[in-house]
Amino acid sequence: MTAPFALANPRNAAVAALLVMLALLPLYTALTGNTFVMTLFTRVLILAIAAGSLNLIMGYGGMVSFGHAVYLGLGGYAIGILAKEGINAGLLQWPVAIAVSALFALVVGALSLRTRGVYFIMITLAFAQMVYYVAIGLERYGGDDGLTIRSRSTFGMVDLNNKTLFYYLCFAILIANIYLIARLVNSRFGLVIQGVRSNERRMRAIGFAVFRYKLVCFVIAGALCGLAGALLANHTNFISPAMMFWTRSGDLMVMVVLGGLATPFGPLIGTVTFLLLEEALSRVTEYPGLFLGPALLLVAIYLHGGIEGLLARRAR
Amino acid sequence: MLYFIEQLLNGVQLGMLLFLLAAGLTLIFGIMDLVNLAHGSLYMLGAYFAATFAALTDSFVLGALLALAATFVCGVVLEVIAIRPLYGRNHLDHVLGTFGLLLFFNELVRLVWGPAGMTLSLPSQMLTAVEILPGVYYPAYRLVIIAATLAVAALLYILVMRTRLGMLIRAGASNREMVGALGVNIKLLYTLVFGLGAALAGFAGLMQAPILTVQIGMGENILILAFVVIIIGGIGSIRGAFVAAIIVGLIDTIGRAFLPDLLRAALSTNAALTLAPSLSSMSIYMLMAAILVFRPEGLFPAANK
Repeated sequence: MTAPFALANPRNAAVAALLVMLALLPLYTALTGNTFVMTLFTRVLILAIAAGSLNLIMGYGGMVSFGHAVYLGLGGYAIGILAKEGINAGLLQWPVAIAVSALFALVVGALSLRTRGVYFIMITLAFAQMVYYVAIGLERYGGDDGLTIRSRSTFGMVDLNNKTLFYYLCFAILIANIYLIARLVNSRFGLVIQGVRSNERRMRAIGFAVFRYKLVCFVIAGALCGLAGALLANHTNFISPAMMFWTRSGDLMVMVVLGGLATPFGPLIGTVTFLLLEEALSRVTEYPGLFLGPALLLVAIYLHGGIEGLLARRAR
Repeated sequence: MLYFIEQLLNGVQLGMLLFLLAAGLTLIFGIMDLVNLAHGSLYMLGAYFAATFAALTDSFVLGALLALAATFVCGVVLEVIAIRPLYGRNHLDHVLGTFGLLLFFNELVRLVWGPAGMTLSLPSQMLTAVEILPGVYYPAYRLVIIAATLAVAALLYILVMRTRLGMLIRAGASNREMVGALGVNIKLLYTLVFGLGAALAGFAGLMQAPILTVQIGMGENILILAFVVIIIGGIGSIRGAFVAAIIVGLIDTIGRAFLPDLLRAALSTNAALTLAPSLSSMSIYMLMAAILVFRPEGLFPAANK
């Protein structure tokens, strides 16, 4: 038994250190003028939100969705398309981004949750790929080349062009996201979802409408990831079909598994590790995939429970 | 009408290509219960090998045969080194591990062959067009693809249904433990099946190489189509893969060719021009969704799954 916030526990110490580092990062940028680090970490924060939402369905719910990047794309395209049509108000743009993602998750979930196992993996993948091709076909919104967003979302006095402010906004949303998911999975609803992961037949026998629980969970995850997509479009000022190509979904899965499935901070740890590793490798070698690929294979074969699991195991 | 026949043949040709990929995927899944994302990489390797060997030997046929052997060897080596530890693990581990392999192969190809694509030129007798019906000409090479793939499909059928190895493959698909308990070398069987799947993917790649440019990532888009095919056909069923591949090939090709004109008849030209590309690329996914609603297990569900 360990107290929930015992810092002596290496896992909690690592998470606390990571959070403090993330909170103080803009200070470092202000002191050194190194804006590259902040840009990189804004991306980390946004993708950590996306990875967290994937963790909700994949880690806690056992629904291995291989098309999660599609919500990044849907959220991003909602922002981009509205901006192109002259609507910049964030209070309109962001809810639309979330609603579109939730709606798509509802349709895909209703169809794909009828199946399980490898069917589910391939179907979520195929539907995501369908949206990718639709985006390529959208000539007015840049087609294959993508679309530059002229102006970020506006929120009255708040100016998202301020990089520090935008960083802290992403940070706050990430923390809220982690808190929300942690509360959700420990609620009655979340316990049902986790019960379904361990034994769906038994949950159904007890009398739960399993399909409905899973569908709601799937929609929540889609909506949260749509919000991440809205942030990503505002961060890069650019949207393109490439942001939802299926290998992007693969990256998100890697982040979740690398960090630790079904753990509150696993997705954040995994995202930081994966993106920093990618960045570091691309500086040392011209062929990062030559090392990254086998590393993923080794993670799949040997690293059960991800980095978070590794830290937690040392605590015992 | 002539255009229609041409598009019909193009659709069949795409379907045959998809069948080669889907058959390997579905065999590997049916027998080893393995989700293999690196299957598209073997398709890519087949194309690169063919382009290289054809340039070296100055003969398309010789190059193709060597490339086929090379992808088989690659598949066997890959299985022994990287795939074996993944058997018996959950599907998420398979996805993660083979996704890593996919990144690795893309980068390896870039290292060995460089970032620019390659082209594979055909012998001159295959470049001509053949008069298949009075007044209908069709490229000879595309007919070669259809014929060669049909031959491979027939060989595969004979292999699986009429030989001892095929009997073991079918037995392995329905009850792995029992086959192992009866003294069959299941490790060797797995390696052979993976090699066979690799060779089929490589064959698809090398046949397609003269039509497309050979480039990095060429296997990634086609892999998703192959997934759609095996979902529609029913995972683990080669017959299902064959039927579904032809359906998907036809719908995709015909949709792309005729949807713009159909829409133009119904809507304004402008609306048709914007809608058509999106709608035609969605058509096969719509089909997949419809199949899922009515037959979640696919058209030809494998018996014991």
